[in-house]
Amino acid sequence: MKVELTVNGKDVTADVEDRTLLVHFLRDTADLTATNIGCDTTSCGACTVLLDGESVKSCTVLAAQADGRSVTTLEGLASESGEMHPVQRAFHNEHGLQCGYCTPGMVMAIVSLLKENPSPTEAEVRTGLEGNICRCTGYHNIVRAALAAASEGVQ
Amino acid sequence: MIPPAFTYVRATSVDEALGLAAEHGEDAKFLAGGQSLLPLMKLRFASPTVLIDLGRVSDLSYVRDEGTYVAIGAMTRHHDVATSALLRSDVPLLAHTAEEVGDPQIRHRGTIGGSVAHADAAADLPATLLALDATFVVRGADGQRSVPAAEFFKSIFETALEPGELLTEIQVPKPANPAAWSFQKFNKRAIDFAIVGVAVQGTSVALVNMGSTPLRAAAVESALASGASAADAAAHAADGTNAGSDIHASKAYREHLARVLVRRALEEAAGRS
Repeated sequence: MKVELTVNGKDVTADVEDRTLLVHFLRDTADLTATNIGCDTTSCGACTVLLDGESVKSCTVLAAQADGRSVTTLEGLASESGEMHPVQRAFHNEHGLQCGYCTPGMVMAIVSLLKENPSPTEAEVRTGLEGNICRCTGYHNIVRAALAAASEGVQ
Repeated sequence: MIPPAFTYVRATSVDEALGLAAEHGEDAKFLAGGQSLLPLMKLRFASPTVLIDLGRVSDLSYVRDEGTYVAIGAMTRHHDVATSALLRSDVPLLAHTAEEVGDPQIRHRGTIGGSVAHADAAADLPATLLALDATFVVRGADGQRSVPAAEFFKSIFETALEPGELLTEIQVPKPANPAAWSFQKFNKRAIDFAIVGVAVQGTSVALVNMGSTPLRAAAVESALASGASAADAAAHAADGTNAGSDIHASKAYREHLARVLVRRALEEAAGRS
């Protein structure tokens, strides 16, 4: 079927199989490979992207379900001049990553979390990230990065 | 993992969804938020040949005050149930439980109707709606009917829904004392399904994952009605249940958890009210 998505502000139209998952559409059709496939079972959150501004696990959404809607991936966060998004900057400053595999999903989950709750407590950040797993167990610095971004007033 | 091939069709109204279901027959399945169905399809536990996407049936997404009860459209997402001001004040048990489902990403997609129709005995919302004496409104080719929660869950993943019928609305009576609630869930990781869960509203008690369907803890409720203390009533939590053993817990451990969690839930509900 033909699907037409707005991905990071640009129209992406393609003829795909009905069963195409959003994560495959993003990686293979839109050629945006920051979004990782981790567990592929709706558990780990590595594939988290924003659908109409809200975090979703793109391994568990059909491209067809996202037809006509707007998707933001990690590649869409930085400004056109290349300036990092405040959440990206906070990950850099707080060393919020080790191997980096979970990072795109963590960043997108935090962008969504801060949109819903601009000044979360540490406990709220931890609860808000319950859908994202870091197998390096680097959670402390990830939580610090989220709190640092929140203190900058990111929404 | 990629799901087995299927044909994707899209409905924009309940009538259109029912028409598509009639046209495609028993090989078709309704797709709500897809947070249970798509993982099952990826694992080849389900292989419908047609998916009827309800995602654009926007008139099934609402939380409405109907005086004595709250009407919730079947396509209302967990996130919207959890953040509804009406539910948070009048049925806080349900708003809280919706926030316990999965994780934020799943709650941005999953729907209350999808969870009820999927009827996983390990899911949080079916047992909670059973404790709240909810009624499910179902539409089919022959019109509309209402099914009480107590008659809806038939067996594992099996409900009173007939082929071609669509769950459209969940009606939740407003509890006399909304504050007298508790939801207890025991799991290993935050995103896991409950090994055992308990929903309490007043003196209504329902159990998650203590049998092939969500169950009312009838023995606990009758002990409470006879004046038993929370601790004494909770000792009956496993009576009449049929918990299974699996990699997460044995039957005996689940029964122990049910007794402990029911006691905690009754005490918390009493403490809040």
